[in-house]
Amino acid sequence: MATRKTSAKAADSSTGKANVSAEDMKTWYRQMLLIRRFEEKAGQLYGMGLIGGFCHLYIGQEAVVVGMEAAAKEGDKHITSYRDHGHMLVAGMDPKGVMAELTGREGGYSKGKGGSMHMFSREKHFYGGHGIVGAQVPLGAGLAFADRYKGNDNVTFTYFGDGAANQGQVYEAYNMANLWNLPVVFVIENNQYAMGTSTKRSSKSPNLWERGAAYGIKGEMVDGMDVLAVKAAAEKAVAACRAGDGPYILEAMTYRYRGHSMSDPAKYRTREEVQKMREERDAIERVRELLLTGKHASEDDLKAIDKDIKAVVNEAADFARESPEPDVAELWTDVYA
Amino acid sequence: MATEILMPALSPTMEEGTLAKWLVKEGDTVAAGDILAEIETDKATMEFEAVEEGTIGKILVDEGSEGVKVNTPIAVLLEEGETAADAPSAGAATEAPRADAGNEEAPKRAAEAPAPPTPAQPAAAKPEPDWPEGTPLKSMTVREALREAMAEEMRRDDTVFLMGEEVGEYQGAYKISQGLLDEFGARRVVDTPISEIGFTGLGVGAAWGGLRPIVEFMTFNFSMQGIDHIINSAAKTLYMSGGQLPCPIVFRGANGAAARVAAQHSQCFAAWYSHIPGLKVAMPYSASDAKGLLKSAIRDNNPVVFLENEILYGRSFDVPDIDDFTVPFGKARIWREGSDVTIVSFGIGMTYALEAAEKLAEMGIEAEVIDLRTIRPMDTATVIASVQKTNRLVTVEEGFPQNSVGSHLASVVMREAFDWLDAPIITLAGKDVPMPYAANLEKLALVTTDEVVAAARQITYR
Repeated sequence: MATRKTSAKAADSSTGKANVSAEDMKTWYRQMLLIRRFEEKAGQLYGMGLIGGFCHLYIGQEAVVVGMEAAAKEGDKHITSYRDHGHMLVAGMDPKGVMAELTGREGGYSKGKGGSMHMFSREKHFYGGHGIVGAQVPLGAGLAFADRYKGNDNVTFTYFGDGAANQGQVYEAYNMANLWNLPVVFVIENNQYAMGTSTKRSSKSPNLWERGAAYGIKGEMVDGMDVLAVKAAAEKAVAACRAGDGPYILEAMTYRYRGHSMSDPAKYRTREEVQKMREERDAIERVRELLLTGKHASEDDLKAIDKDIKAVVNEAADFARESPEPDVAELWTDVYA
Repeated sequence: MATEILMPALSPTMEEGTLAKWLVKEGDTVAAGDILAEIETDKATMEFEAVEEGTIGKILVDEGSEGVKVNTPIAVLLEEGETAADAPSAGAATEAPRADAGNEEAPKRAAEAPAPPTPAQPAAAKPEPDWPEGTPLKSMTVREALREAMAEEMRRDDTVFLMGEEVGEYQGAYKISQGLLDEFGARRVVDTPISEIGFTGLGVGAAWGGLRPIVEFMTFNFSMQGIDHIINSAAKTLYMSGGQLPCPIVFRGANGAAARVAAQHSQCFAAWYSHIPGLKVAMPYSASDAKGLLKSAIRDNNPVVFLENEILYGRSFDVPDIDDFTVPFGKARIWREGSDVTIVSFGIGMTYALEAAEKLAEMGIEAEVIDLRTIRPMDTATVIASVQKTNRLVTVEEGFPQNSVGSHLASVVMREAFDWLDAPIITLAGKDVPMPYAANLEKLALVTTDEVVAAARQITYR
């Protein structure tokens, strides 16, 4: 308990709102680092030709999903776009199964039939992984509709990007979600670029969350590079939804360090812009510093975490290489239930 | 341990590229994210980043080198404390290019796709009704039959609910849902705003969340607004999830031409939706089939597209007066036996098929008339068995002619029963034009009983 008190202080100095323990921060550090190392490894395997097709890395945006999911409870549902590896890892899906799906192998979550963009885990309440920009928004509202219909207090976390925010179906879903008080948190991960089009070039009104006002939905903007701030905002949003006062919109301002997909020449932004974000705003570095300056962890403690994560990721990569390709009979299975 | 930096694949199709420029030199320390080199692919010049920290021990491929195969070692990265001597020699690397090793790592692809599993051959349908002899019958309209099917399933299973435009307080644009709001309340009979893509997607999400939605489209013309969710979200996800996520949902509503509503409101979607693996498609003609198939559709764990017809809504048919009457998918119904020609149709097309059969009988031509009832799965066995008897086939539908249901059926029959055919198959469909408004032109645009009669006479040479 003593630890909890001192750490809360450290956190206060960072954001002034979140009440968090050193253990929480270590958990988030670990989760964010797992995503980053996992994605770096995925990038490597892609370069080696072991991962094919489209592969969208989450590097840079880790604090969004980690902060959001810190407010989730068992039974809550999760749905997102094709930039989905991080969401799956935080939902508790096995890195081995995720990586093996990326390599298109039998041990993957979809037995190799879905790939990077289409992965699901019923057990972990993760409903994809959707390749059509914006489609997950009404789908997420529908998951929340089912929970409201059944009368439980589950909340659906529906993630989409600044690009999807210009799809019409998002606003159809907003309207119905608020009309029927659906327990859904719409999380706009604004990484500022829809593929190569900056929000400045695609959206007349810069604050995407404010569009919810047209449908009477409450919302706010949050620093998506600060896991503590995201967690604090998430708790507020989730509490509103659980209390039957949903939906809620959170716009997390974030940044992706890598290209839109692996085959992105990145000519739409400068190298300096990316470098500046990495050096000055990195979410993992931020927590690392908090842990060190607050003396909640030593360099050695963090090195040990790094080592653990590296082992987990290497194990996932080994599994993903060794798992066989799906049996050819799988071509014909799972078409009909 | 020193690691080799390999020529990366920077796009899904890249096999080789040009190492345009090195941005680091031997001895440089690099951190993850630092740009090592510029690489030209067939599409663009891309920057290639370091994924791990270390020191560049050796550069193995000079800048300006063209045609560098993916996975060829291009440099060696040393960890703390290592020297260039720890690096594998460039010569060795060239002798054993990792590109091959990479390929070996991937299990060999099967040379050919396996044949699809052959389902147990369904027995060809017999010309008997779907209920035992002596069953009491009651006359009801297709509209009443559809309503009864939904009400019975909603009484049986609390997870079944109806959503759509005007299904509740308005009592249904075509009165199919009349009275359901009173019986089941607004929780289960949900009026939606006019947001087809939104509520189609919302319905699919609700199905994944454990409910059994019935999504009504006022007409199927409006389903095109939401077709992405029917195909990409509902039909494909079971496969994409490796079998984890079934989608028990029914999309139903009026389909095809009504009367004088012109091009945007007069279109048959049977061929469109039956193209898609993962979907089931039903298109009933009679009231008993409307009731029995809709009950089966609601219980099915797959997405079902259920195509009704406004003109048929008011027609009356005998429906068996028994508890829990269902009709299975994938079983055609033989309405009339005959030995001279087989006429296959479904939905409102059956009107022309049956009328034509009467006229043909007066001319001494005995037509066998088959109602497919479900387009996917399609009971081709019953059609083939019939063609083996009559040696002639006419298909009848109101949709457009190119890639029609009939043209698919013709290809199946040609493949499976070629030796039995005594004449070309004729596939009758609507005309290859958008539906006109003028009454005379509209009539010409649709398939007619006379065209069915003419086709049957043409291939029976009478």
